[in-house]
Amino acid sequence: MTEQMSGAQSLIRALESAGAENVFGIPGGAILPAYDPLYDSTRLRHILVRHEQGAGHAAQGYAAATGKVGVCMATSGPGATNLVTPIADAYMDSVPVVAVTGQVASASIGTDAFQEADIRGITMPITKHNFLVTNPADIPRTIAEAFYIAATGRPGPVLVDVAKDALQAQTTFAWPSELHLPGYRPVTKPHAKQVKEAARLILEARRPVLYVGGGVLRARAARELRVLAEMSGIPLVTTLMARGAFPDSHPQHLGMPGMHGTVSAVAGLQRSDLIISLGARFDDRVTGNLDTFAPNARVIHADIDPAEIGKNRPVDVPIVGDCREVIADLVLALQSEADAGHRGEYQSWVQFLAGVKAKYPLGYDNPADGSLAPQYVLERLGHLAGPESVYVSGVGQHQMWASHYIGYEHPNSWINSGGLGTMGFAVPAAMGAKVGRPQSTVWAIDGDGCFQMTNQELATCAIEGIPIKVAVINNESLGMVRQWQTLFYNERYSNTDLQRAEQRIPDFVKLAEAYGCIGLACERPDQVDATIAKAMEIDDLPVVVDFRVHRDAMVWPMVAAGTSNDDIKFARDMAPEFEDDDL
Amino acid sequence: MSRHTLSVLVENKPGVLARIAGLFSRRGYNIDSLAVGPTEHSEVSRMTIVVNVAESALEQVTKQLNKLVEVIKIVELDGATSVTRELLLVKVRADAQTRGQVLETVQLFRAKVVDVATDAVTIEATGSAEKLEAFLRVLEPFGVRELVQSGMVAISRGGRSITDRTLRPVAVPVPPAVG
Repeated sequence: MTEQMSGAQSLIRALESAGAENVFGIPGGAILPAYDPLYDSTRLRHILVRHEQGAGHAAQGYAAATGKVGVCMATSGPGATNLVTPIADAYMDSVPVVAVTGQVASASIGTDAFQEADIRGITMPITKHNFLVTNPADIPRTIAEAFYIAATGRPGPVLVDVAKDALQAQTTFAWPSELHLPGYRPVTKPHAKQVKEAARLILEARRPVLYVGGGVLRARAARELRVLAEMSGIPLVTTLMARGAFPDSHPQHLGMPGMHGTVSAVAGLQRSDLIISLGARFDDRVTGNLDTFAPNARVIHADIDPAEIGKNRPVDVPIVGDCREVIADLVLALQSEADAGHRGEYQSWVQFLAGVKAKYPLGYDNPADGSLAPQYVLERLGHLAGPESVYVSGVGQHQMWASHYIGYEHPNSWINSGGLGTMGFAVPAAMGAKVGRPQSTVWAIDGDGCFQMTNQELATCAIEGIPIKVAVINNESLGMVRQWQTLFYNERYSNTDLQRAEQRIPDFVKLAEAYGCIGLACERPDQVDATIAKAMEIDDLPVVVDFRVHRDAMVWPMVAAGTSNDDIKFARDMAPEFEDDDL
Repeated sequence: MSRHTLSVLVENKPGVLARIAGLFSRRGYNIDSLAVGPTEHSEVSRMTIVVNVAESALEQVTKQLNKLVEVIKIVELDGATSVTRELLLVKVRADAQTRGQVLETVQLFRAKVVDVATDAVTIEATGSAEKLEAFLRVLEPFGVRELVQSGMVAISRGGRSITDRTLRPVAVPVPPAVG
């Protein structure tokens, strides 16, 4: 199909043709030509955000909630540089996002023109790929390639920078019927020999564990995972990025591993003789000190990105492939072994871990002064809002508590910033998730530090009719940093106190009201259920609940940074004791 | 740590060199030498990169390079089964007295004088890194006034081509545009 139109019209038509439905963005000089045809588009809804960072995180939240490519748009210079954080975040967490930025006219590129920034150069190390388009005829093909690259293989962010004169020029809209990317051929189908070898190791093992990462969610493999887990009986951990890939209520689930993982998940990996890694990447927050991580384990590492395999931990059986295909093939391989009478013997291991799980459950103390425990708030929120809701978290203590205490049963019901650890992620990402899944209840779970980084998007939510709910876990401080100061810096609270005046600055209830949202506050345990119920009743406006919690609550369990996972503490100075003579 | 020679076929597009150089710098790998140029296919450029890394890091370098969308193929060239060359241009002090000796050295190394002045000659030499190093050692006593050296280029011996099967097109179908 070829048609005459402006480059700007071509861009909008290309975005529509690539399947985009929602665009989060802010106009400005260089991208302005694109906003004119966007005004007429019936297929694209543009959501005008208040800061480009919000647009980027919203695109991430949309993508993570729906599995579709999220789209954000910004102008040149500062508009584009404000997208850098969400782009880096999407790169770390493998989120399919296409960022479209305006660039100064091609004749001005390189002259330090007004609002010029080399966003292609800036984002080279944090994008899966990026483009600079100066010829309007290249616009459709570039957009088609950007969406294809973002969504396939290991998903990730792709940036398309378009010069203003390319948007203004007349061009022919020629949508490609096929793409030619000679250097981009992701392998999705696992090698049969590797799968067979993996099955052999699984049958040989006595203490295997399934180490499930975010790749399982990106590959939409939760159903296949459940089949594999239940047919093999192998215990399982889900990383921070994979929470919801397997039901928390399932008896085989040991919880989240890592620095703040459950004792059973950490012990499960640490004492295993075989780690079956599915779409995970042996991140330092999971392994702790690598030299002492799971010292007796052989490793099967399945990932769609070959560069992750063996990057941090040597591998016995590497499998390159899409997690859904890998798991499906593993199921078939194990089934044919089972038909031949070969089954793994894991009873004593399963029993040992069940004992650990029972002996060291997640737990917390309610503050003696009757004030609110943050863990209690999240426990009740998970109970009352239920597993059908979507929970979107910021970064810090509240994130760890939300990961542990909500209780996830479904894939894509937990969205957070894992790799980059971006404070301020929650509100805009929740906004994007709600746009993608308008029928679902979407709760942002934020800290008071995080909330103050991006809460301007409440205005967007109120005006655009995006009724998210925000639970601010307000401990009046930068809680996670404060926890480290408590533990490792002799309680010297350097610059972590966010609230030193008598009066609350800001008052989050008033702030919510100023933004056209409903503001609620909750200070006592006996108010929690009623407050959540009230928030749940409101479905036409965004709601902000200021949960004023005890400021000294800490995240446990914890493996101190740089130490071995063997040194996990389930509470301050409390190390678990294992009775594993029979292992 | 050991030296490895990588032949990297890339799409001939603007910014590819920056992408590759950036990847080496941000992942903390050292490039000993890098040379870029055209190939027998106009849409493909070839880089010869010499890196000095441990074996495990080499695997990571290769995998990370392969992830770049514009990198088509990477082949490690083994010294024994490939030919490697560098180009050297060197300006050596040579007056009436020493010129004869300099020219003799040039002949011994099968190099070439490309410019002559009253007090100096400019010499062009090609060869392996070892040969050029030896050549320079011999020239040193005469007085090296200026030198410039290219990165290494390398090609495998024998009749096989690394570009042969690489460029066969693989088309990805795209759903049609909306009306």
